[in-house]
Amino acid sequence: MSSNAKLPAKKTKGEEVVSGGSQDYVTMTIADQLFGIPVLQVQDVLGHQKITRIPLAPPEVAGSLNLRGRIVTAIDVRLRLNLLARPKDKPGMSIVVDLRGELYSLMVDSVGEVLSLSNEDFERNPATLDPRWREVSTGIYRLNGQLMVVLDVPRLLNFTNMEAA
Amino acid sequence: MDDLLSEFLTETNENLSVLDVELVRLEQNPNDPELLSNIFRLVHTIKGTCGFLGLPRLEKVAHASENVLGKFRDGELVITPAAVSLILQALDTIKGLLAVLEATEAEPPGDDNDLIIRLNACAEGKLGGAPAAAAPPPPPPPPAKKEEVEVPSVSLEELEAAWNAAPGPSTALTPVQPEPEPEPAKELAVPEPDPVPAAASKMPVPAAHAAQSAGSSGDDVREAGNKESAVAAQTIRVNVDLLENLMTMVSELVLTRNQLLQILRSQKESEFAAPLQRLNHVTSELQEGVMKTRMQPIGNAWAKLPRLVRDLAHELSKKIDLQMLGADTELDRQVLELIKDPLTHMVRNSADHGLETPAERLKAGKSETGRVTLNAYHEGGHIIIEIQDDGKGLAIDKIKQKAIQNGMASEGELAAMSDQQIIQFIMKPGFSTAAKVTSVSGRGVGMDVVKTNIEKIGGTIEIKSQQGKGSTFVIKIPLTLAIVSALIVECAGERFAIPQISVVELVRAASDSEHTIERLKGTPVLRLRNRLLPLVSLQELLRLEDVEGKEKRADDETFIVVTQVGTYTFGIMVDRVFDTEEIVVKPVAPILRHIEMFSGNTILGDGSVIMILDPNGIASASGEITMGENAGKDTTTVQATRQEDKMALLLFRAGDGAPKAVPLSLVARLEDVDVAAVEMSNGLPVVQYRGKLMPLVPIDPGFMLGKEGRQPVLVFADGDRSMGLIVDEIVDIVEEKLVVQLTAERPGLMGSAIIAGKATEVIDAGFFLTQAYKDWFGSSQGSEAFEEEKSQRVLLVDDSPFFRNLLTPLLSVAGYDVTAVENAQEALALCEAGEDFDVIVSDIEMPGMSGFDFAETVRRGSRWQAVPLVALSSHATPRDLDRGRQAGFTDYVAKFDRDALLFALQQTLSEQKGAQA
Repeated sequence: MSSNAKLPAKKTKGEEVVSGGSQDYVTMTIADQLFGIPVLQVQDVLGHQKITRIPLAPPEVAGSLNLRGRIVTAIDVRLRLNLLARPKDKPGMSIVVDLRGELYSLMVDSVGEVLSLSNEDFERNPATLDPRWREVSTGIYRLNGQLMVVLDVPRLLNFTNMEAA
Repeated sequence: MDDLLSEFLTETNENLSVLDVELVRLEQNPNDPELLSNIFRLVHTIKGTCGFLGLPRLEKVAHASENVLGKFRDGELVITPAAVSLILQALDTIKGLLAVLEATEAEPPGDDNDLIIRLNACAEGKLGGAPAAAAPPPPPPPPAKKEEVEVPSVSLEELEAAWNAAPGPSTALTPVQPEPEPEPAKELAVPEPDPVPAAASKMPVPAAHAAQSAGSSGDDVREAGNKESAVAAQTIRVNVDLLENLMTMVSELVLTRNQLLQILRSQKESEFAAPLQRLNHVTSELQEGVMKTRMQPIGNAWAKLPRLVRDLAHELSKKIDLQMLGADTELDRQVLELIKDPLTHMVRNSADHGLETPAERLKAGKSETGRVTLNAYHEGGHIIIEIQDDGKGLAIDKIKQKAIQNGMASEGELAAMSDQQIIQFIMKPGFSTAAKVTSVSGRGVGMDVVKTNIEKIGGTIEIKSQQGKGSTFVIKIPLTLAIVSALIVECAGERFAIPQISVVELVRAASDSEHTIERLKGTPVLRLRNRLLPLVSLQELLRLEDVEGKEKRADDETFIVVTQVGTYTFGIMVDRVFDTEEIVVKPVAPILRHIEMFSGNTILGDGSVIMILDPNGIASASGEITMGENAGKDTTTVQATRQEDKMALLLFRAGDGAPKAVPLSLVARLEDVDVAAVEMSNGLPVVQYRGKLMPLVPIDPGFMLGKEGRQPVLVFADGDRSMGLIVDEIVDIVEEKLVVQLTAERPGLMGSAIIAGKATEVIDAGFFLTQAYKDWFGSSQGSEAFEEEKSQRVLLVDDSPFFRNLLTPLLSVAGYDVTAVENAQEALALCEAGEDFDVIVSDIEMPGMSGFDFAETVRRGSRWQAVPLVALSSHATPRDLDRGRQAGFTDYVAKFDRDALLFALQQTLSEQKGAQA
């Protein structure tokens, strides 16, 4: 019964996407650019954390941290996006996401509010976008006065084809 | 009681209880196909298990019931209460039989023909409606065992039989005093009128039903019911997920406990101390208990293998001996379940593909009986399972063919692969080399699935294969769930955990302590109880940067964690050692899994995350596996750096005059020989060294050994030979650019050079080697490439590091610029890279491409086709010379003849110049 109950709900959601409903995003800034992650993928928002470095890890992996007894891998999103590392004196914040049961903490400059964005404002990535960015983003929202890049969490955390990117 | 039997009893009793309920529900909803098929399946399972365990009487009853249910399912019979009752009766009979089985571990003799006949009749539709069923009243369901005795009615003979059949003494307990009740089987079968069916038709409640159906002999059914619970009460089935959860919670509890203890330590007096200690103990015990619930001996997963191998042997007409070692190695139940199938598959593979037929084996000079060995053991926090066979090994050629056929690789790609890489193909999906698909293997699903399954639980699989000798599969599974004790260390400001299990001891090394770290050509070593312990710097290994503001001084104290991996012992250098802590190994994030240095990570008592070092990974990263090749690699580096680069030189004193030097890379070891141990053989001093006689050669021919004391000796070794050069004192090891300035006239000296600011005589090790063994050069394989710097560049191709090292200085002295490479491939790579040489000196006997092939390749239109080639070989017969000329060598020089080599080079080069001019 319960599985039946789920189905219609899903459908509604799907219809929303098609029919120009809206989606909720947690926004964040990295190097003055606005980014967004679907709110349902976000588990936690953290302030500055004590991070244990992991030797020999890819440079994007900043280390790991303890979040209420779970070990979370911290990813420096700036490095992942081919940006310069954050200046040491700025503390920064983190967004914790879950990917296939593993927690990752995405280190960003700051975390903003949750925005409900209309699908009409959504646009695919411009073809001329930096390949690394294009790889990890699903598209762009046109907001008032600025653009928000939607980050695709699985692709952001897929390091295997990074060399190619 | 036999594990298998008790498990069967538990399971069947459970199934029977379910059946009771289900059957009654069926009666009420005769049209529910799902219900019916569930019942059918349960009965079928019971039947199957009985057959498997060799319980014919139970099996027959179950079989007859299954028939009836089958008809129900197929719609051939209408479900009537009477039929259902009949089945319930059958179930009761089964229950009764089970009770006896539980008490005596054997089926009671006798049969249930009557019941079976009626079941069969029912199956054939002869059992009309309910009234019909009522009319021929079924016999008391458990006619076999009947009667009110608590202990089932067992005759003495039966008891005897049971006793004999019983595997152990433990069994005799219950039926010690059965009433000797002469009860011939026939009598048992006599139907006793029973009101059951009528009652049954009305009765929805199974329990009541059972009681009823028991009828006049109901008591013993009750008894049976009571007894059934005896086994059931001892074990309960728990969902693995629940255990998993419990384990996670306990892990968290352990961590929290650690945190509390950490806090407690910082407080001198606390009223929490006592309860915390108590909590500590309880937690430890709880942890142990929960761990135990999940551990099972690996033998459980192997239980079916002997049978499987036996059947295989039969089917394939092979003789196979299956050996199983370490069956009591415990591992996590879940892990066990997951590796069961891969293991079975691999054993099957080994027996089917690996082992040859007896005839083939005899032809290959092996014993007729092939052997498959399973071996399981713990090693450094992992469980290693080896599956080894002494068969024909993996057929590299066939794998290649198959890979090409399946389009997995081109011929060219395969040619560039090592055998090890080619073997990996068998792990690719859709790969099977069995020429024909047998019923046991060769369906092309196999090793890839095995690999996936093993990797799913974080394990690795490794294949070793030797043509004609057999193959070995090594599965390594981490104990991901384990709580282990670990040593916390610090290096460059970072903390790491090392599993205590692989730590042998801790040594403190500092300038003021008894242990100091010494360096051999930059490699740190430690003298530990008369052994040299190789050291690994954790800082270098993990590429950790120095802590800012803290300059590491050479005399800083260092701690050495002496670690053992398999048979390899080495030391890990760390800055500080803290205490040990219980840690819960958590797997690292998938994106970090490729880093071999870590086996996991964990949270310490203070709440910080810490990486757990994997001693196995460190050992292999530090060269344990490649140790054999290391010598070669190092020397290659020395040579590749050419003359401008510095060379490590060993400075020593011997005889009078200037200090002497020899390239360190030539020296195998430095030894201190007890003079008293020196013996004379054939007029030469020798000493017993590593089970062999090693000749000792003095630098100064007039040197006389003292009578006692110790004598420093430089040991030179090549292959299995070694010789000792007697020196007075070892002075130092320096890195210097070796520029030999004066060519010495004296034999044994290459010339003089300024080393460490002093005029130093560079000795010619080759000279002393021939003093010890006239045929030193002839016996060894070596190749050399020289380049001459002044005007001529020499490329030296030789696979022996020793000769490369020997000839490089020698030719340098003679004024050539030498580049040495260790094989023809590297030489050709230089050719392609655009390097130019005036002359190439090449060894003939080299692994891979021989000198002849090399010469032919060079002559066959490479960029170097005009470059003179000098062959260097220990075989200098006229035939060799001819062959060499044919291959394209300009000249051919015997290896041990240095003068001839220098002369030949000179000749060749001047001829070349003449030709050009």
